[in-house]
Amino acid sequence: MISNQAKKEIDIWVAKYPEGRQSSAVMQALTIVQKENGGSLNNELKQDVADYLEMPTISVQEVATFYENYNNKPVGKNVIRFCHNISCMLNGSDELISYLEEKLDVKTGEISKDGLVSVKKVECLCACVGGPMCQIGDQYYENLTKKRIDEILDGLK
Amino acid sequence: MNNICLKSIDKDNPSSLATYETMGGYKVWHKILHGELSPEKILEELKISGLRGRGGAGFPTSLKWSFMPRNQEGQKYVVCNSDEGEPGTCHDRDILRFNPHSVIEGMAIAGYVMNATVGYNYIRGEFMEPYYRFEEALKEAYDAGLLGTNIKGSQVCFALYSNLGAGAYICGEETALLESLEGKKGQPRFKPPFPANVGLYGKPTTINNTESFASVPEILSRGGQWFADLGVVNSGGTKCFSVTGNVKNPANFEIPMGTPFSDLLKLAGGLRKGRALKGVIPGGSSTPLIPAAKAMKMTMDYDSIEKAGSMLGAGSVIVMDDTTCMVKALTRLAHFYYDESCGQCTPCREGTGWMYRVLKRIMDGQGKSEDLELLLSVQDKMLGNTICALADGAAMPIESFIRHFREEFEYYIKHGKSMVENDG
Repeated sequence: MISNQAKKEIDIWVAKYPEGRQSSAVMQALTIVQKENGGSLNNELKQDVADYLEMPTISVQEVATFYENYNNKPVGKNVIRFCHNISCMLNGSDELISYLEEKLDVKTGEISKDGLVSVKKVECLCACVGGPMCQIGDQYYENLTKKRIDEILDGLK
Repeated sequence: MNNICLKSIDKDNPSSLATYETMGGYKVWHKILHGELSPEKILEELKISGLRGRGGAGFPTSLKWSFMPRNQEGQKYVVCNSDEGEPGTCHDRDILRFNPHSVIEGMAIAGYVMNATVGYNYIRGEFMEPYYRFEEALKEAYDAGLLGTNIKGSQVCFALYSNLGAGAYICGEETALLESLEGKKGQPRFKPPFPANVGLYGKPTTINNTESFASVPEILSRGGQWFADLGVVNSGGTKCFSVTGNVKNPANFEIPMGTPFSDLLKLAGGLRKGRALKGVIPGGSSTPLIPAAKAMKMTMDYDSIEKAGSMLGAGSVIVMDDTTCMVKALTRLAHFYYDESCGQCTPCREGTGWMYRVLKRIMDGQGKSEDLELLLSVQDKMLGNTICALADGAAMPIESFIRHFREEFEYYIKHGKSMVENDG
C-alpha cells in the first residue's frame, strides 16, 4: 500500500510533467515508496506504483531493476555506499572498505547481524576531490579515514 | 581562477539569489525581458565565444541551439544534463551547490532563444545536496517573478523543473537521459532523428551540460569576444577541471583553456613528496591515458590534449604517480564499464564483461600470454559498433593503458603479481 503521505509526494512530481505523462514520475515514486518501506522494494509496492501511475507493471519492474539506487532485496537500516572507483582507489578506498567490512563483520552486499548497516561498493559518486568517500542516506561523507569511519559508525542509529 | 561558473564559491551564501545578483546575475535575463536582446544576437555572441559543450563531446553550443526549429509550432524543451557521472568529475556538483542561479539563467536564456517554454534539470539521484540547493534557488527565482508565464509582462514564458535520476551512468548520454526523463530504462536512442527534431515526448529538445548553461549568462553579459580571448584558438574561454588522484590538494579549478598541465598540477599542490608522475587521464575515465612525459608538455585545451593522444572530455584530470599499478587501475575502470553498460548493444554488453573478466583473471594470477592480444581484439571490435559512446569510452582506456605500460601487464601475467612496489 502506498501511504497517503507518499501519494502526496508523488503527486508533486507528477505535476511537473505534461498531462498524461505521469509515468515520468515513476523513478521518484519508487524512490519515495522505497524510503518508506525501510530502504527496499517488493513486488507489491511496484504493483502499487504501477497502478497509481497507470503504467504496465513490467515497465515499473524494468525501471526498478535497471537503476542502481533501487534495492529489490531488503537492506540494513543504513546503507553505506562506498565508492571504489579510480580517484577514490588512488587515495586508499580499498583499505577503508576492508576496514569497514572487518569492523562491522559484514562483506559488501551483506547486512550486519543487528540489521543496522549494509555495505555496498558503488561506482563513482562524483565527489572525487573528496575521495575516499561514501554516501549514507542523502549525505556524502568525504576525505574518509579510519578514524572518521569510526565516528560515522558510532553516530548511526 | 574561478571567474565564471565557480565565481561564487568563496562568497557567503554562495547559492542565494542575492549573492548571484550582486555578481551581476540575471542582468542578461532582464535585458531579454525588456526586449533588448534578440535570439539572433545571442546566437551570434555564443558563436564568437567559442563555447563548446562542456559535458565531454565539445560540440559548439551555438550550433546546437541553432538546430532547433524555433518557429515550428508546438511544445519544445530545454534539458540540462546534471547527471554527472564520469569517474574523476565533480565540478557540476559544485556549480549546482554554489552557483545554481547561473544554471537557471542559462537555461532560461536557452529557452528564449529556442522558443522552448519548459525546461528540466536532470540531476543525478545521489546528488541530494545539490538537488536541494537547486530547488531552493528555483523557488527564489519563481518567487522573484523570474520564471513562469508572461514573465514580468514580457510575453516570455519559461517554466523550469528539476528531475532526479536513480543511479545509472548511461543517463549522462543525452538520449538515454530523455528516456529516463520519460520514466523508462535509460537506454540510448538511435540517431537520427536527433533530439532537436524528436526529443522529449517526441518534441524538439536541446540538451546541454550544467557547465555549458552556467557559462552562458556571463558570456552574454561580458561579450563573446571577452570569453573567447580568455582561452586559445578553437578552445574559447575557461573550463572547470577536477584534479583528483595522487595530488596533494585535489580540487576543482576553473582556469583558462590552454593553461599548461604542469601549472594545473601545481595548483593542485603537485605530487606527494618523493613521488614521480606516471600517467594522467585528462578528461575522465573514458578518455585515453597519457604517459607522464607527454602530459607535462600538453596544455589544457581540446587541440593540445588531442595531439597528446587523448581528449579533454569532461575536464576530469586523474593523476597517477609511480605507486600506481596500471593493471589494477585498468581493472577498476573495466569493472565500471561492465557495471554501467546498459545492455542494449551486444558488443558493449558482452565486450565490457569480457574485458573485465580477462583483467580480473590477470589480477588473480591466472593470466595467459595471449590475454593482451585478446583484450586489444575485444576493444577494437567494440569501437564504433554501438549506438552510443559508452563502448568507445570502455575500449579506449584499454588500448592506451596496454600501449603505454605493456611491460607492466606482461609482468603481471608472467609472475602473477604487480611489478609496482607497494602493490599486489
